[in-house]
Amino acid sequence: MVSDVSLVAGRGEVTALLGANGAGKTTTIECAQGLQKRSGGSISLLGQDPGSAGADLRSRVGVMLQEGGLPPSARPLPLLRHIAGMYRNPKPMDELVERLGIDTFSRTSVRRLSGGQKQRLALAAALIGNPEVLFLDEPSAGLDPQSRQLVFGLISELRDSGMGIILTTHLMDDAQRLADYVYIIDAGRNVAEGTVAQLLQHQTPEMTHKGHVRTLHFEALPGLDFTGVLPAEVEIRETRAGSYSATGALTPDDLAALTAWWAQHGVMPGSMSMEARSLEDVFLDISGRDVR
Amino acid sequence: MTSTLGGPAAPLLRRIVLQGKYEAVTMLRNGEQLILAVVLPLLALVGLTVTPLLDGMGDSRVNVAVPGILALCAMSTAFTGQGISTGFDRRYGVLRFLSTTPLGRTGLIAGKILAVLAVLALQVLVVSAVAFSLGWRPDASGWVPGLSLLVLGAAAFTALGLLVAGTVRPEATLAITNLLWILLGALGGIVIPAERLPRLAQDVVHLLPSGALGQGLRDAFLLGAVNGDAVLVLLLWLVLAGAAAIRWFKWN
Repeated sequence: MVSDVSLVAGRGEVTALLGANGAGKTTTIECAQGLQKRSGGSISLLGQDPGSAGADLRSRVGVMLQEGGLPPSARPLPLLRHIAGMYRNPKPMDELVERLGIDTFSRTSVRRLSGGQKQRLALAAALIGNPEVLFLDEPSAGLDPQSRQLVFGLISELRDSGMGIILTTHLMDDAQRLADYVYIIDAGRNVAEGTVAQLLQHQTPEMTHKGHVRTLHFEALPGLDFTGVLPAEVEIRETRAGSYSATGALTPDDLAALTAWWAQHGVMPGSMSMEARSLEDVFLDISGRDVR
Repeated sequence: MTSTLGGPAAPLLRRIVLQGKYEAVTMLRNGEQLILAVVLPLLALVGLTVTPLLDGMGDSRVNVAVPGILALCAMSTAFTGQGISTGFDRRYGVLRFLSTTPLGRTGLIAGKILAVLAVLALQVLVVSAVAFSLGWRPDASGWVPGLSLLVLGAAAFTALGLLVAGTVRPEATLAITNLLWILLGALGGIVIPAERLPRLAQDVVHLLPSGALGQGLRDAFLLGAVNGDAVLVLLLWLVLAGAAAIRWFKWN
């Protein structure tokens, strides 16, 4: 059940609803699409209530459902042509078919398409009316890496052409790569929001004293003792023989102290790398690490 | 891909006609549906004219048989065929997807009704052609009430088919609508007139949509008469099933 979600999605932006399975993402966007009746709250889509909208609002909105929603016995081109007929000025079909690589499987019935092909066809069906607003429910589900590249590239282009795109995903990577603005949904509420960069700096109450958390990985001689080199809040440990990681709100001073210690003891690391928090860490910090 | 985004929907009538055409073609391309819609009714027609089952009910076997076969056609397409395809479309999210396009839910239902009528028209043509060659001589004044009643019956059966398809799993829809097609077809007053059934069953059968449609069509094509009771019973089924479908149909 979705009880407390409030969000705004703009034109020329990709807005992502990020959350675990069952968090309420699909319910939220299906209310926005007019597919589910909501028992309360309000939604405005292009200035209208999607719950009571007419054909001319639906004509300006494209929808790609999680399950695709394409008839299994249909063949791609007649199906797209049929859907295009519902609009007065549909997008030129050839362009879309070629762009999404549908021409390579145009004679295969929907039931025999691979997951990625089905997703591309469903995306084409959502775009054929040349919508102002595009809803994508888990767009990368079932996509192989090539299809993913293709679909993500197209989504970015559509965004640049002014389309407002709202997508749901449970994959941090999707949100990190595509979204201009992210809402994290958990148990029917939105628990955090911001640009990807803002979310990466998100601090939960337990971590406010820590600042911006990073992890430094390096490899050196096994068994080194770094006691007292770094502040107590920075946790440094040998994860396996000769591999160390220091996690915490690292500052340039901390790095200087560490490298000074290396110089003093004649330690030259074989490799070192710095890692900021990923959106996944933020997500797990916020929505908890329990599997449900 | 730069162009102005957004634009109006195609006109309502065009959307409905498109959907009707698309669904009718899909139905006719489906082998099983074609067997149910055309092959089985024709087999039943031939069967009834070569066996003495209907002897004594009218001037000729074929004259008594054809109205029932037309009623069977309406049940095939509107109830069984339509119910099964809607059930599976619902399972695969096709209903939901189409309802997000300019077609919308109302357009989708209207398109389905149109498809049923188109396929039914085709069935009437084929069955009539075969029936004429078997010596069918319907009462000329029976065509108008007969075809009107056939449309009313198809509407009632469409509502019933949608009610089943929208409330149970598609596998159950498949089983229920096929089973009822056989039961109602054989024992529900469609091909075998109610008078041939046990006394007790007759009263029930007259109240079934199958019995009403079968009897109404026989009265039209055999006697050129309008059976008011049949019209009333079919109207009642249409209203009840339609209201129930509107109330309980689940889109997902």
